[in-house]
Amino acid sequence: MSAPTARVGVGPVGPGPASGPRVPTTRRQGRPWRLGDAVVPLFAALAFLYLLVPIAYTVAFSFNDAGRSNLVWRGFTLANWANPCGAPQVCEALGNSLKVGVIATVVSTALGTLIALALVRYRFRGRALANLLVFLPMSTPEVVLGAALLAQFLSLRVNPGFGTVVAAHVMFCISFVVVTVKARVASLDPRLEEAAADLYSSPWQAFWRVTFPLLVPGILAAALLAFSLSFDDFIITNFNSGSFTTFPKFVYVSATRGIPPQANVIGSAMFALALLLVVSVQLVSVARRRRR
Amino acid sequence: MSIVAALGHGPGNGPAPAPVRRARGGAYLLLAPGLAYLGLFFVVPVVALLATSLYVPVPGGDVGQFQPAFEWANYTRALATYWPQMVRSFAYALIATLAALVIAYPMAYVIAVRARGRVFLQGMLLVLVIAPFFTSFILRTVAWKQILADESFVVAAMRAVSLLPPDGRLTATSFAVVAGLTYNFLPFMTLPIYASLERLDPRLVEAGADLYANGPTTFWRVTLPLSMPGVVSGTLLTFIPASGDYVNSVLLGNNTTTMIGQVVDSRFFKVSDYPTAAALSVVLMVAILLLVTAYVRRSGTEELL
Amino acid sequence: MAALGDPAAATRAPGDEEGGARSGADLTLEHVTKEFGAFTAVDDLELTIPSGSFFALLGPSGCGKTTTLRMVAGLEHPTSGRVLIGGRDVTRTRAHERPVNTVFQSYALFPHLSVVENVAFGLRRRRAPDPLGKARDALELVELPHLADRRPAQLSGGQQQRVALARAIVNNPAVLLLDEPLGALDLKLRRQMQVELKRIQTEVGLTFVHVTHDQEEAMTMADTVAVMNAGRIEQMGSPAELYELPRTAFVANFLGQSNLLRGTVVENGAATLGVDVDGRRVRVPTARSVSTTGTVLVGVRPEKLHLLRAGDQAPESCNVLGPGRVTDVSFSGVSTQYQVHVPGLGTLGVFVQNILGGAGAALGEEVHLACAIKHTFALDGAEDATSGAVRLDARDV
Ligand SMILES: Nc1ncnc2c1ncn2[C@@H]1O[C@H](COP(=O)(O)OP(=O)(O)O)[C@@H](O)[C@H]1O
Ligand SMILES: [Mg+2]
Repeated sequence: MSAPTARVGVGPVGPGPASGPRVPTTRRQGRPWRLGDAVVPLFAALAFLYLLVPIAYTVAFSFNDAGRSNLVWRGFTLANWANPCGAPQVCEALGNSLKVGVIATVVSTALGTLIALALVRYRFRGRALANLLVFLPMSTPEVVLGAALLAQFLSLRVNPGFGTVVAAHVMFCISFVVVTVKARVASLDPRLEEAAADLYSSPWQAFWRVTFPLLVPGILAAALLAFSLSFDDFIITNFNSGSFTTFPKFVYVSATRGIPPQANVIGSAMFALALLLVVSVQLVSVARRRRR
Repeated sequence: MSIVAALGHGPGNGPAPAPVRRARGGAYLLLAPGLAYLGLFFVVPVVALLATSLYVPVPGGDVGQFQPAFEWANYTRALATYWPQMVRSFAYALIATLAALVIAYPMAYVIAVRARGRVFLQGMLLVLVIAPFFTSFILRTVAWKQILADESFVVAAMRAVSLLPPDGRLTATSFAVVAGLTYNFLPFMTLPIYASLERLDPRLVEAGADLYANGPTTFWRVTLPLSMPGVVSGTLLTFIPASGDYVNSVLLGNNTTTMIGQVVDSRFFKVSDYPTAAALSVVLMVAILLLVTAYVRRSGTEELL
Repeated sequence: MAALGDPAAATRAPGDEEGGARSGADLTLEHVTKEFGAFTAVDDLELTIPSGSFFALLGPSGCGKTTTLRMVAGLEHPTSGRVLIGGRDVTRTRAHERPVNTVFQSYALFPHLSVVENVAFGLRRRRAPDPLGKARDALELVELPHLADRRPAQLSGGQQQRVALARAIVNNPAVLLLDEPLGALDLKLRRQMQVELKRIQTEVGLTFVHVTHDQEEAMTMADTVAVMNAGRIEQMGSPAELYELPRTAFVANFLGQSNLLRGTVVENGAATLGVDVDGRRVRVPTARSVSTTGTVLVGVRPEKLHLLRAGDQAPESCNVLGPGRVTDVSFSGVSTQYQVHVPGLGTLGVFVQNILGGAGAALGEEVHLACAIKHTFALDGAEDATSGAVRLDARDV
């Protein structure tokens, strides 16, 4: 993949720094240090702390020798990590979340990418309407989406469960995929496809040899976004799941009685996994850049 | 990872405008599956919601049995009963959005501007903003609940130094709910602002410094206006979900902090009063659409997608 | 020629000696028109470019040059008319099926591929044998073999330009299209690349169609120049032909500078015309006149005008204009440029080579202007005398 992945895969942030002219940093060298220079970073540091405190808490309490309810610190243990499925249902819920997340990601990424290509590359009648249809689900609160889907499933006498949850997740992921991929498509130079055609590529070859490889970072970013949205969704799931339980729903339901420490283990592990993934992607791209 | 992208500053950051093709059916072919899906699972459900909001109970029927009708009184009744929760939801969402903006902007600024050029640092800071997504947000909210619980050392410490009265508490207050909302949507605010600051050409800031020669003025006249698309996306991505959220008010609040989402949820599941729940949902949706439209118009970033 | 009928020829790499018939193919545009909505970008274009020639399409920005190239490449389709390559009608053929390659103005290098993979791209699509070897040969030709494994983003503008050139040339196209390929380079690099391009064209012998808005670039590089204006070809010929004998006011002004004086033909001789210009008789060779009756624009290049100071004798067979007054003198070392206002004719520009040294005519001095009859030309009098002129000041000619 090209430069953009280097930016922690933050996705379609344009062609990336490598292709542009080298820009100077804003720090003016040689200017006397002022108190003001420290205020903003200090404030930001506090904000980061705010962001990370509950995660630290979650990780810490995954090592709590808790018994049934994980409310107060009772001593350090590795037992929860050794047996993350120890609490009833927790791994089943996690498995459900992963299953729903993967299916919703694949389907919504495929559908959303196609829409994004159409919206950027073509002018056609009804384009404004298509844009609106993509925008609306994003500007509708989750309760409304959940209630609307439930109203439909009720009136169709569909029993809520795995299927309805997947259907709902695909729906709210599509719009985010479209927006993410769209930005990437829009930042592609259309002349590249023309150059491919000029160099004897059929439209099909031009797409797979040039357009698609250049869209990959954007598509991956969109897929990751879709997965994290699906994996973390509670409200819409709660409306449309019936007795089917996902990980967030499991945590919410058990919150009243006390969350088992195994849930903390799973939350912490997901966090660590995400961290590891992103850091290694970054290290690879830094290393690749060094090598050149 | 890229909510950044979700922000949608849309096209415009690309190179020269694309020589756009005229549709030869191709566009419709690409659109058909996705839009059909949205039609089936967004448009039709919203219509079903509208219909449900006008239903009346089946005469002599069981709880939860309704029949089609045009009972507009459902709306007046629902609003007459639940307007406080509706107003509270918007108020909480607004405060949380402003708080998130104040907290997120410096974070985004530090990542995008101060860490510019230091690839690894920038990457690490971004990861820290993004990674919370992967621990369930409910788990994190519960963590807050326990950190701020009456018996926690935070509360004990605050009582000890008289920051809180002896019987004062942090959980089960509207402050806790708003703080929870702020916390949960912070990444949605930070990433779009980061994306727009990242894209900002530092030479513009230097030109600004050259013309205004004073840091704060340059910030107000150059940096902030240029990051407005990110601010607009961020506030929308925070305000919209926050106004419909009920997890925070359930876990961190009490029965005086009830938000509209909670009402919809309990009307649906506790008392099977579908028409009222649907009517409230419709009102919420329409109110937000009106607010968003007005806001986007005002801020002049029409092409949001 | 070879490139079309013989598929092997089209995939042969430059520097490949066998066959030898690598002179590209003729390109013919017949009545080609391109409309965008109500706007006509290219208007009934007629053009034949002989194989193996270096052809320049010169015109101001927006005159339809890129559109013309894109129609040849197949990236745009004519509203009407035909495009023929090597005698074969390709009007309906799609871009990837035409034996034509383009060097894009923005280079359009594939950012996700290395330099050598960029160059090999076309060869791979056509399943040519040994694409990498040929790509390296092409990089050799543009003197960049050491950068083969870099990404385009790691190259300078000039290097990217060469890669774009190699990527096109390696396919040995029947016609190579270059759309302002030097436009993004700085002046020094541009001069260097002009020489380089010319060398490569001579070396590979392909038909080059080079689009530019820089008249100097067109004249120094091309065998044949077509001057384009508002979607039409105004005139076509060798650079010297165009310069010495422009046939329209646009060409006269766009290619260098011209003094154009409106007059009426009063004497229609076999060898020369007598033209009345504001009461003075000016002679123009009949063969150098677009129109031999009615109103004409008498033209003369500034360097063909001589300044006659008080007491100077007019040379033989010359037209003499004046008296006029010197209104501006600008000395540039090699030459001096004068502006001379002649009552009734307006202001004329005069270049005087600094051969004699010393002081020339002074500001405000009264002078006459002389010009050999054989150097004057006449254009259609209905034309706007300022068409195509670069106006640096508001004074009229
Ligand atoms: N796709 C298009 N749609 C509408 N007008 C166009 C299009 N492409 C070019 N034009 C117009 O056609 C004219 C010629 O353009 P072009 O061939 O690019 O000029 P040049 O390359 O000589 O500068 C311009 O006025 C341009 O605005
Ligand atoms: Mg052009």
